[in-house]
Amino acid sequence: NAASVLFLIYVVLAGQVLICRNYKGDVDMAEIDHFMPLLMQHEEEGLVSPVISHGSVHFLWIKHSNLYLVATTNKNSNASLVYSFLYKIVEVFTEYFKELEEESIQDNFVVVYELLDELMDFGFPQTTDSKILQEYITQEGAKLEVAKSKVPTTVTNAVSWRSEGIKYKKNEVFIDVIESINVLVNANGSVMSSDIVGSIKLKTMLSGMPELRLGLNDRVLFALTGRDKGKTVVMEDVKFHQCVRLSRFESDRTISFIPPDGESELMSYRINTHVKPLIWIESVIEKFSHSRVEIMVKAKGQFKKQSVANNVEVRVPVPSDADSPKFKTSTGNAKYVPEKNLVVWTIKSFPGGKEFLMRAHFGLPSVENDEAEGKPPITVKFEIPYFTVSGIQVRYMKIIEKSGYQALPWVRYITQSGDYQLRTNV
Amino acid sequence: MLEPDPNYFSSFVCSGEIFELKAELNSDKKEKKKEAVKKVIASMTVGKDVSALFPDVVNCMQTDNLELKKLVYLYLMNYAKSQPDMAIMAVNTFVKDCEDPNPLIRALAVRTMGCIRVDKITEYLCEPLRKCLKDEDPYVRKTAAVCVAKLHDINAQLVEDQGFLDTLKDLISDSNPMVVANAVAALSEIAESHPNSNLMDLNPQTINKLLTALNECTEWGQIFILDCLANYTPRDDRESQSICERVTPRLSHANSAVVLSAVKVLMKFMEMLPKDLDYYGTLLKKLAPPLVTLLSAEPELQYVALRNINLIVQRRPEILKHEMKVFFVKYNDPIYVKLEKLDIMIRLASQANIAQVLAELKEYATEVDVDFVRKAVRAIGRCAIKVEQSAERCVSTLLDLIQTKVNYVVQEAIVVIKDIFRKYPNKYESVIATLCENLDSLDEPEARAAMIWIVGEYAERIDNADELLESFLEGFHDESTQVQLQLLTAIVKLFLKKPTETQELVQQVLSLATQDSDNPDLRDRGYIYWRLLSTDPVAAKEVVLAEKPLISEETDLIEPTLLEELICHIGTLASVYHKPPSAFVEGSRGVQHKRLPGSTGLGESLESPDTGSAAGGSDAPPAVIPSQGDLLGDLLNLDLTPPATTGPPPPPTSGMQLGAMDLLGGGLDSLVPHQSSSSPDYSPTEVGPGGMGAGFGAAPAASPASFSAPVSGGLDDLFDLGGGVGMPMGAYNPPKTVWLPAMKGKGLEISGTFARRAGIIQMEMTLINKAMSVMTDFAIQFNRNSFGIAPAGPLQVLTPLSPNQTIEVALPLNTVGPVMKMDPLNNLQVAVKNNIDVFYFSCQYPISVLFVEDGKMERQVFLATWKDIPNDNESQFQIKDCHLNSDAASSKLQGSNIFTIAKRTVDGQDMLYQSMKLTNSIWVLAELRVQAGNPTYTVSIPLLLHFKYFCISFSL
Repeated sequence: NAASVLFLIYVVLAGQVLICRNYKGDVDMAEIDHFMPLLMQHEEEGLVSPVISHGSVHFLWIKHSNLYLVATTNKNSNASLVYSFLYKIVEVFTEYFKELEEESIQDNFVVVYELLDELMDFGFPQTTDSKILQEYITQEGAKLEVAKSKVPTTVTNAVSWRSEGIKYKKNEVFIDVIESINVLVNANGSVMSSDIVGSIKLKTMLSGMPELRLGLNDRVLFALTGRDKGKTVVMEDVKFHQCVRLSRFESDRTISFIPPDGESELMSYRINTHVKPLIWIESVIEKFSHSRVEIMVKAKGQFKKQSVANNVEVRVPVPSDADSPKFKTSTGNAKYVPEKNLVVWTIKSFPGGKEFLMRAHFGLPSVENDEAEGKPPITVKFEIPYFTVSGIQVRYMKIIEKSGYQALPWVRYITQSGDYQLRTNV
Repeated sequence: MLEPDPNYFSSFVCSGEIFELKAELNSDKKEKKKEAVKKVIASMTVGKDVSALFPDVVNCMQTDNLELKKLVYLYLMNYAKSQPDMAIMAVNTFVKDCEDPNPLIRALAVRTMGCIRVDKITEYLCEPLRKCLKDEDPYVRKTAAVCVAKLHDINAQLVEDQGFLDTLKDLISDSNPMVVANAVAALSEIAESHPNSNLMDLNPQTINKLLTALNECTEWGQIFILDCLANYTPRDDRESQSICERVTPRLSHANSAVVLSAVKVLMKFMEMLPKDLDYYGTLLKKLAPPLVTLLSAEPELQYVALRNINLIVQRRPEILKHEMKVFFVKYNDPIYVKLEKLDIMIRLASQANIAQVLAELKEYATEVDVDFVRKAVRAIGRCAIKVEQSAERCVSTLLDLIQTKVNYVVQEAIVVIKDIFRKYPNKYESVIATLCENLDSLDEPEARAAMIWIVGEYAERIDNADELLESFLEGFHDESTQVQLQLLTAIVKLFLKKPTETQELVQQVLSLATQDSDNPDLRDRGYIYWRLLSTDPVAAKEVVLAEKPLISEETDLIEPTLLEELICHIGTLASVYHKPPSAFVEGSRGVQHKRLPGSTGLGESLESPDTGSAAGGSDAPPAVIPSQGDLLGDLLNLDLTPPATTGPPPPPTSGMQLGAMDLLGGGLDSLVPHQSSSSPDYSPTEVGPGGMGAGFGAAPAASPASFSAPVSGGLDDLFDLGGGVGMPMGAYNPPKTVWLPAMKGKGLEISGTFARRAGIIQMEMTLINKAMSVMTDFAIQFNRNSFGIAPAGPLQVLTPLSPNQTIEVALPLNTVGPVMKMDPLNNLQVAVKNNIDVFYFSCQYPISVLFVEDGKMERQVFLATWKDIPNDNESQFQIKDCHLNSDAASSKLQGSNIFTIAKRTVDGQDMLYQSMKLTNSIWVLAELRVQAGNPTYTVSIPLLLHFKYFCISFSL
């Protein structure tokens, strides 16, 4: 079986096809008419699946705001490739049109066709880097009429993500190290699972074709080179942007690359160590049927006193038929968001080691809502600047360009909440 | 940002503008022309038919405006097929564009031409394509490479005749990585429609080129190359390792699809690595982190990853055994992710993590999503069955859940408790009272059937079992079939346990089942019970209340060959659906079935073109349990081919009557091992192995006699013995043979034989210690086998076995062990353990040890049965050089429990009518003809009991 993805791409809005491209001609164009009814049927049965089949035709779909992007195939296609590609389309279109929505597609249908033509050929994804595409797929036809209109060599180069001849007056790289904490805490207060997902993002403003090398306090690297025993970090798994030389990393843990211009995610990593939840929540939610709900939430900052968590939001679920909210907080303010059945308690600035309290009171109708409700967890959002929970550090960023310019790397650290859930008893 | 186009979509509300457009398209003004084409495309996009404008649009093709050209090309791709004659008009421009100085236009032309699926155009495509394949610009070459696949799809012969395939193969060595990647993709695509062409011709040199390109091409190109690599079978473990080493860096790619394709290659090539290799362990460890990271991808990709992880944990559970926590369900996971995570949690459940798993499952069981909750409850039951130590805790968790009184939770819990009873009989009956309290709330057939089964099974311990069952009986005809069948069986069980009070009830259910029902299954079962009860209640009891085999722990494993195939297709739709890739093939195209390579390094992938699969239909996955049909097929085939050692072939027997199959049906069922499943289709188990047959009093011949291989040496032994004068009474016992050579037993040599002594089957062994150290702690186990042979007690080797010591051991056997059909039928797989290691060997026992002492059939019954068997079903063979007279033969055979029922003499030929009965109550009838003075005996065996002559030969 080959890597073949054989399909039509449809962009569907409310069952109406906005635009489509038939890459192989082996699936009847009318098949798409079955998609929406089948999807609705599955939704009704509560059995939604990213793959829907109708006879021998399979629909692989994703949803972006109110649009469905649907790929169809009647072969044993590489499903993971299809979904990756559909998400890539969303990314490219969003970079082209800012928003991927009904209007942007209709207003730009010529470019959309051109892009679909360039993104994939006969079911094989081709060039999907939007920065490179923007060099030769533009709406400004006038420019193309000039004999200069050529394929950027980048398209087929080994370095397919960076054009030649980029110039900046001031050569700089901004590095953002962002760590997201995922926590799942059981109703009895025990941490069921926790991990850190880190991401290193670059904003590259460098001229020419610079060679970069990023040094982290990676324990495996330090063990390999036998260097000093400062604080090191064990990364469970690392994922790199296309630009990073993977074999090099595999052999000596060196992160070397020619960066894409502008913003990009250079790498992400996962750390499996047991993290102490940075903001600890204790809650007592008492539901008195037919009368009221009483909520008491205590939030505690379990991080260094010098650090401050910003824009903290504690979201506490309440029954959908709750009414007449009353709040009391020791700091920040609480708000009832009825459309989400939540109380959102916002604390703009939450210093480490501090503890705050929120009480809420809701009335319940005497006639009870007989619809079963789930047990949504309490979720927490926050960000703590100048700090990474794992202790990861950028040791150096070496920048070498043949013109020999000096370039400055800037590093910024931030820790934020990821999937941060605390189950409740109610 | 881009200037948005004016809204072309709204400008096309009414039709009738075609005419206007025509004029605009033919305008002299470039801008007007372009705008007109845009309008045409816009109409096309919203599904309006603008094919009438074909000539006018094609006229706009010759332009130096790239944007306009692209639009016209787009139009052509859409309408050329419906206007093939007009499409020819475009050919000239295409050919010209293929030579344009701008590579963008050359590529555009060759790309579009390939998309115009009109035969006439393809002829004109060849020359431009040939040039483009050798173009100086890689952008044109990579586009031309894909175009070969397009052309092949339209006209395969043309592509072959023009030599494009060779050019394409050359492109694998191209200097540009993107060209290589597209050439690989195109070749793989073409190879798919020629399963046996060896088009890719993967050899170490090309593999090396691909691995080099892998480091340089785009993420998509990496996927093409990895998927192509997955088709290769390395020559040996060293090559396998070196490819793995070069593929592992891909596990760090940000694109999940690259990671999954790399996992596929590694999972496949790992099969070839010796397990004791350090690298094997390293690789195993490397696979877990990327698989876990896939769970942070977008939900659809998570779903694909989870479906594949489900396969991976079945094939190599060690990879993720410590990663249970990452599969814990999050509140905001989409339902399809939740359900898949749950499945994997159960697969990874073990004694080490069961406490956590149960706590989670209990949490899930109180959610609101019905499907998810049900699955969580079911999962608790599966944990109980899988991890014995947790069973008690699972049961109490289930009881807690029953107390919630949430209707579907209660029903699901009862269904799984029934399975727990099937795994741990007589252990948790204390909960029955709680279950009975919820009887009234059960409205789903599966739950009702489960509850009824429980009541029937434990009827003697439930005081009001009769009342409970009677309450179900009232609406008997409104129940679903599974409930009806279950009710029938349960009441019969109740009757057999408490006959005095329940006679009326059983009468009632039997008459409901046999007289008032239209369902043949129900009627048949009713009649069977009825006859059984009226003829021989004792036998009925033995049959209906027989001890049932326990259900096994893993109930939903994917059949191994399918699993292997799916591992070779990780990431594809097949792996998502867990269906064989052949299910995705339309028409009669062949499919290559992929197998994992063997660790010997010789495993060439198995090829069997599957030409029969119907269009669009999905092939049924190969079943774990051979279907009855297969067994019958075996029987029919085998019956006609007696082994050559018996002398001249028997007279050809005419084709088998289908009538014989009915008789066989019941018996065959009993030999097929019944793997437990969550659907409580108890009927075969209830009937009990071989039990039904006896009830009919006929010779049901339940023998899937796959005796293709003769029992080695048996015949020769016979003839030696046959020549002897003094004929000792007693069964024939073959001499001991070496079963486990000392070389394989780390010094322990085992030789042995089987004998039937005083009605007991014995395994007689000689153990010799040829090692330097003392051997102790002997133990023995048998694998499941055709006749349920199992040790009746532990292996008695009381004293330690010193070096060079020999000991004789006799191990009494019984036939109440688990049953599984073996090939050959009398094969027995044995494991012997001592203080040094566990050793495995297999041996074959003579069928004659299975002939029981009461195998003498009533004369009347014999005659009646014999007469009932159509002559067609008889098979004959001859035994040569046997110098016994008929009486001597008869008494010798009796020593082996082959009984002579009657003897006739016709024309100086003695005819002995004989019967024997196997331990599983299957009767065998035979006729032995002995001509005085002729050393050749003729044996006729009616029905399909071909294999019996061996026994007779043996025993003589």
